[in-house]
Amino acid sequence: MEEVSARFVAQKISKARWRPLPAAALQPPDIFATGSWDNEDNRLALWAVGELGSGEYLGEPQLLCDIGHDGDVMDMQFLDQERIVAASSTGSVTVFRHHQNNQTLSVNQRWEKAHYHVDQDTSCGGAACTGVICNNPEIVTVGEDGRINLFRADQKDAVRTIDNADSSTLHAVTFLRTTEILTVNSIGQLKIWDFRQQRNEPSQIFSLTGERVPLHCVDRHPNQQHIVATGGQDGMLSIWDIRQGTMPVSLLNAHEAESDCSKVGMQFLAVLKM
Amino acid sequence: MEEVDAEPPLVVVPGADPASRQLCFEWGPAEVLVCETRFDRGGGGDAAPGSSRVFVVRRDQDIYIQTLRKLFNESHGIFVGLQRCEEELAGKSRKAQLVQVSKNYRSVIRACMEDMHRAAAATRDPALHSQYSTQVSILSAMELIWNLCEILFVEAAAAGPLLLRLLDWIRLHVCDVDSMVREVLSSENPSKHKLFWNVVDVFVLQGRMDEARHLLSKEASANPTSMSMYKVLDDLMMKMPVPNLGNTQTLTELELKWQHWHEECQRYLRDGTFASNPHMESICKILGGDENAMLEKKELLTTWYHFLVTRLLYSHPTVKPMELHFYAQSSMDLFLGEESSPEPLDTILMAAFEFELHQVIKECSIALSNWWFVAHLTDLLDHCKLLQSHNLYFGSNMREFLLLEYASGLFSHHSLWQLGVDYFDHCREYGRVYLELHIERIPLNTEQKALKVLRICEQRHMHEQVRSICKIMAMKALRNNRLGSALSWSIRAKDAAFATLISDRFLKDYCERGCFSDLDLIDNLGPSMLLSDRLTFLGKYREFHRLYGEKRFSEAAKLLLMLMTAHIAPCSFWMTLLTDALPLLEQKEVIFSAEQTYELMQCLEDLTAGKPDKQKLLDDDVEIMKVEMLRLALARNLARVIVKEGTLEGS
Repeated sequence: MEEVSARFVAQKISKARWRPLPAAALQPPDIFATGSWDNEDNRLALWAVGELGSGEYLGEPQLLCDIGHDGDVMDMQFLDQERIVAASSTGSVTVFRHHQNNQTLSVNQRWEKAHYHVDQDTSCGGAACTGVICNNPEIVTVGEDGRINLFRADQKDAVRTIDNADSSTLHAVTFLRTTEILTVNSIGQLKIWDFRQQRNEPSQIFSLTGERVPLHCVDRHPNQQHIVATGGQDGMLSIWDIRQGTMPVSLLNAHEAESDCSKVGMQFLAVLKM
Repeated sequence: MEEVDAEPPLVVVPGADPASRQLCFEWGPAEVLVCETRFDRGGGGDAAPGSSRVFVVRRDQDIYIQTLRKLFNESHGIFVGLQRCEEELAGKSRKAQLVQVSKNYRSVIRACMEDMHRAAAATRDPALHSQYSTQVSILSAMELIWNLCEILFVEAAAAGPLLLRLLDWIRLHVCDVDSMVREVLSSENPSKHKLFWNVVDVFVLQGRMDEARHLLSKEASANPTSMSMYKVLDDLMMKMPVPNLGNTQTLTELELKWQHWHEECQRYLRDGTFASNPHMESICKILGGDENAMLEKKELLTTWYHFLVTRLLYSHPTVKPMELHFYAQSSMDLFLGEESSPEPLDTILMAAFEFELHQVIKECSIALSNWWFVAHLTDLLDHCKLLQSHNLYFGSNMREFLLLEYASGLFSHHSLWQLGVDYFDHCREYGRVYLELHIERIPLNTEQKALKVLRICEQRHMHEQVRSICKIMAMKALRNNRLGSALSWSIRAKDAAFATLISDRFLKDYCERGCFSDLDLIDNLGPSMLLSDRLTFLGKYREFHRLYGEKRFSEAAKLLLMLMTAHIAPCSFWMTLLTDALPLLEQKEVIFSAEQTYELMQCLEDLTAGKPDKQKLLDDDVEIMKVEMLRLALARNLARVIVKEGTLEGS
């Protein structure tokens, strides 16, 4: 069993992401980013966990740099080797750049009102941006306002916005193909959106049978694009085949509480199929 | 009204000026809100009122210090572990377990102290530096008190081992002399160092005989002329009887040996063996238990409790726990003399030596600014069954009271509230009530946080709170026009009333606009449709529209009729439903059977007859026309269907 090393940070961490490696790299990833939540000052930080030449670990992760973040970090993705996109509970989306020469983080770009409730006079609080997914240079975000935004990393305004895409909160989003995304919402539905189409309607809708349990996370199989897994509020992990039918292929009871799938969940799926 | 234990400290609120504006205040769970009222005190009446400011006055700043979060988090883990560990172990093993818990707490305090120390060294801001340094000294005082309590109360060391523990305690905490010791030991020629004898004295005062002898041997080798004196002193130090932990000798044996050795020391002093070397003479005096000789080394002792332990080591090594307070009081008086009065730390330690547990806790509560220390210490002592379970006059016992206060303080922190939950769980009497009140007041700015709070409530079967939180979230969603979110919150709370509210909203939208919004929601309600009648109606009504759109007219007709006759539809909607029936009646093909037509007519009559304000209804021209058209259509349909049903097939 590999050794576990732990490090205490004086904040609650909501998301942690490994930095993606260049395609030809052979070694395991060594830098990861964390985002905090529920603090008065939230921070996004980069940590290094390195290997010395002989293969020994440096011990606990070392903080490389961090930067203040306005609002809770709801979701986070690496856009490329140097840029990280963070979704905030204030409804803004920020792109941070990591300067490797002097180990600092700076704000590269920010979309302030990516997510908001329409009628400012009667609206009650802001709308958090709940999910973000990247496919360099495109960034797709979804939020509590039921809106889907498509940004490009170097453009100031959104390329495409689908208002009122959903009447409930969109919890997570993932790319199916370069022009198609899949979203999950809090009434147990998966929706596929095709950006090539001009109308603001989903091209397909899938639902769970039985109780309309809110779905909290979604991820796609790394090799087979039509297999998708979702995690629900009751801890149920559902596997869907989007080519056929509108119902899940199999259901697994994973956790007792709301789950957060990520690529790790997909590894498990590959093992299961074998 | 109870007497106050100490004068309440005066807190100046910067910016609040009672001379210019009258102030009012209100207590919160952990802070006071002071605000400026509209009454202004200035003589002139033309002072512009301006906007009122609100000041939040917090007593406990500590929970906001970053480095202390480790303390709160780790001690939370230890606390929960202590509550959960089974009580099946009894006697010695239980005691050992409790001592381990106490050591864990102390190591957490130490770790925090080191972090704080590092932070103080790293910062360049003088205010922050002084704050961190203050925290370091507070933490070190806390560890000192905790350690003593561990020795006296948790471990309850008996005579013999008691002294050894106290010696360890002193060695750990009197560290002002450490740098001096290091300096001398690391120098090339320690015996020539000017502080050499000071260091030897330190070792002797702390009972570190081996190290003292080691240093003296260096001196001996450098100074062969006084070899005989060194030999005697070395011998004396080597032979000194100390209590050991192995239980190989009884207390009486130790007493005897020690008496013998003590007399030997006195003999050497009387004979003037060390008269030529004042340093060695004073060491021998100390070994013989001479208090004045010890008091001469005040700067090396630095504290009265060090003096106490040294005194005990060299005059009463077999001291019993209950006898400690005699020596403690006299030591403090002798050491402090007339110039200085005892500080809060001194009174706390004295209370501990006197085995006055309640006094210790009380003094600590007054001296420290937050409840962390007393809450955890009292809980540990309670597990040692040392606190009587008498109830305080406000209902719960001391342990519970302190834990409740501490946890309430945690809830006022935007992030540490999650720790507070576990503390409330382990307060048997009032914990649940406190939790119920606090958990509803956590600010919920994102759905994710609301879900976390809800999970806590659901795990504890706090149904009222679940309903309340879901209702808040649903109401927020409704105001922001997120009907789907509002519906999903009311499903989670199983709140039929709210679901009815949302359905009414949908139906209102339909009536106004003629089409449904959020079709993705209504079309996919699934079993949650059954939550409320209105919601069921909404779903079925939408289904009716779908059937009509797909031209499945007879099914649509049946559904429509069922909606009215089974009373699923609200009365207010019947007119709309009947109007929806109109195109079906006007179809070329006959859809409604005779039975169904009669039923429709019945419904219409019920509608127009039963209304109390039917006058008003009939006054409206559009309404009259609608009713007449319906009557006509129904009559025509009836005519057609009678003919159709009466016709024989194939003839």
